[in-house]
Amino acid sequence: MSLAIKDDEVDIVIGALRSDLTIFMNEWRPMFSRFHLIIVKDPDLKEELKIPEGFNLDVYGKPDIDQVVGSSTSILFSGYSCRYFGYLVSRKKYIISVDDDCLPARDPKGFLVDAVAQHISNLTNPATPFFFNTLYDPYAEGADFVRGYPFSLRGGVKCALSCGLWLNLADHDAPTQALKARQRNSRYVDAVMTVPAGSLIPISGINIAFEREAVGPALVPALKLAGEGKCRWETMEDIWSGLCVKVVCDHLGLGVKTGLPYIWRTDRGDPIASLKKEWEGVKLMEEVIPFFQSVRLPREATTVEECIVEVANAVKERLGSMDPVFARAAKAMLDWIKLWQSVGSSSSRSSAV
Amino acid sequence: MCFPYFPIKTPPHLLCTCHPCSFLPYTNPPFPPFLPSHTRPSIPSPCFALKSPSFSPMATVSPTPLLKDELDIVIPTIRNLDFLEMWRPFFQPYHLIIVQDGDPTKTIKVPEGFDYELYNRNDINRILGPKASCISFKDSACRCFGYMVSKKKYIYTIDDDCFVAKDPSGKDINALEQHIQNLLSPSTPFFFNTLYDPYRSGADFVRGYPFSLREGVPTAVSHGLWLNIPDYDAPTQLVKPLERNTRYVDAIMTIPKGTLFPMCGMNLAFNRELIGPAMYFGLMGDGQPIGRYDDMWAGWCTKVICDHLGWGVKTGLPYIWHSKASNPFVNLKKEYKGIYWQEELIPFFQSVALPKDCTTVQKCYIEISKQVKAKLGKVDDYFNKLADAMVTWIEAWDELNPSGDISAKIPNGASK
Repeated sequence: MSLAIKDDEVDIVIGALRSDLTIFMNEWRPMFSRFHLIIVKDPDLKEELKIPEGFNLDVYGKPDIDQVVGSSTSILFSGYSCRYFGYLVSRKKYIISVDDDCLPARDPKGFLVDAVAQHISNLTNPATPFFFNTLYDPYAEGADFVRGYPFSLRGGVKCALSCGLWLNLADHDAPTQALKARQRNSRYVDAVMTVPAGSLIPISGINIAFEREAVGPALVPALKLAGEGKCRWETMEDIWSGLCVKVVCDHLGLGVKTGLPYIWRTDRGDPIASLKKEWEGVKLMEEVIPFFQSVRLPREATTVEECIVEVANAVKERLGSMDPVFARAAKAMLDWIKLWQSVGSSSSRSSAV
Repeated sequence: MCFPYFPIKTPPHLLCTCHPCSFLPYTNPPFPPFLPSHTRPSIPSPCFALKSPSFSPMATVSPTPLLKDELDIVIPTIRNLDFLEMWRPFFQPYHLIIVQDGDPTKTIKVPEGFDYELYNRNDINRILGPKASCISFKDSACRCFGYMVSKKKYIYTIDDDCFVAKDPSGKDINALEQHIQNLLSPSTPFFFNTLYDPYRSGADFVRGYPFSLREGVPTAVSHGLWLNIPDYDAPTQLVKPLERNTRYVDAIMTIPKGTLFPMCGMNLAFNRELIGPAMYFGLMGDGQPIGRYDDMWAGWCTKVICDHLGWGVKTGLPYIWHSKASNPFVNLKKEYKGIYWQEELIPFFQSVALPKDCTTVQKCYIEISKQVKAKLGKVDDYFNKLADAMVTWIEAWDELNPSGDISAKIPNGASK
């Protein structure tokens, strides 16, 4: 693993949808304590946050969000999307973000998985989106490119996004989890791989990391379901955001990896109850996927912000009339880019906001 | 517990057959009214057709069918077949097609108890006549002759230095059974599932995966991997002579549409009825300027055709144990040109566009051969020869496999 980065290049951003973060923070302490943390409290959460001592962190709540972005745009940051505020105000090069109901997992040998270190390794090693390596990550210890892999492609490209996975409660949608009520993910797949260019992937926000300087603006808090709730089953915001990031990465020649690290996702929520709400999200995917598969970005779009504006315009034009949620998403994307340009920054400074 | 109206067609794998549920979702809804039937360029229309599944979801308790009368095992060899002893528990029910490379006067001893047919160079020349020129000599590429003469629906091919591997629990891996499972369950090339094969026991599609894509498409190829000696090219072997692949990655995945990969022929299974004609392993070995690119060539052609015709290619499990590292200096001589040429080949295959009227594998393959001649002929004259050989291969294939007559007999090689 290459750990060539400094601790002060990383922010760990946590969206707090639950008030008592004691167990969460204590379990993650061995992995988190080296780094600066940004905790953003869901504006809809009424209780005070309980956070144990001993961390270098900044906490933001509704008043801070309103102050920084104005109360008219603060609607972008409710529920699971509160974490995007953390992305906006971070000044670090890399961001790692996990849901507040997830704990460190153990690998098949019984060792605790350092998800932070694995994400950092994924981001600092190249990605290989132009040709599939059948031994998966060629930069991993004990692996390499296989016979037939063109040498000119072996340098790889920058990895902008690292998507991790989940043991125990996998990120299924509500219908699937309801039907397979007792199914838990116990399969530890010991691989990291680059998602090929041109291929789309449902990127779950439960366990991700990215290079903020490279793709920060592309993680957009945009698709808010009418019945969006406080369980992942009741959201699609991260899936939408991930599709935007992938399209932009493909256009700009950046890589997206998936696989390790695993985290342990605790049992929570009732998928049957969520079914009613998540039908909306499930139905929308039937339109969303073909749209993203066919989006073409013009050559002139050379920055992430320009790319997102193009995507937003395409959303408005092609999906806007199908469902008001898309028209709102397009507007949210444009608002987000404006915010990013005024509040966000591409430069890294070691002091937090 | 009861379900609300379940407006989306229930994908077969969600039909709850092993859970003691008191309900089942409504299984045969009419075409969902909210899914527009207008242009949907990337989602294939067969997914919307209501049809009963022709496969069982792997989550149920039904065992993997043996397919012993529907699958041939093709083995190229120049040495001996001692390795079959280790595979006996898994291979014995099946018919073997042995393609003997090299000196035809040598006798290859097949262990007792196997049902096989064996072809040497004399047989290949006799059966194909002048068309035998498309079958390589002194190279394991000759194995594709075995695909051509087989009459079965599925092929499994394995090298004679590959043995049974063990999984992390220490259990012997039945590679053939896993390949059969891979081939009998659908592929999902249009959208990547982050939990890999959704049809495996204990897995499923993740949140965000459109339901209309959950039926998948037929699987044409199952590409297995190797523990111990990894399939590296010669330069990598020279730099890392001691590296061994010890990482058991417990996953099978579909290679996305539009993505090429380096297909290794050491541990490979495919649906011969679907994609057989595309599995030509090219002109390699004796008299040719290149070697060790046979499976690569077949893999690139196959993937382009599968992408065009809407079939899937899987990679991952099963693992076999690759025991013998070939000589890296010998390999370098064989691969040398390939290492330069593949820089042209990859962009070529990435940009191949097959016209809509190429609706069969043979038509697609002939079209690719035309484009090889047109665009790669200028890289080296070898590609002109290869393009011609590709056409010869299809002609030979069609002669030996006239459509609608899969039971036609052809003169066999020496068989038991």
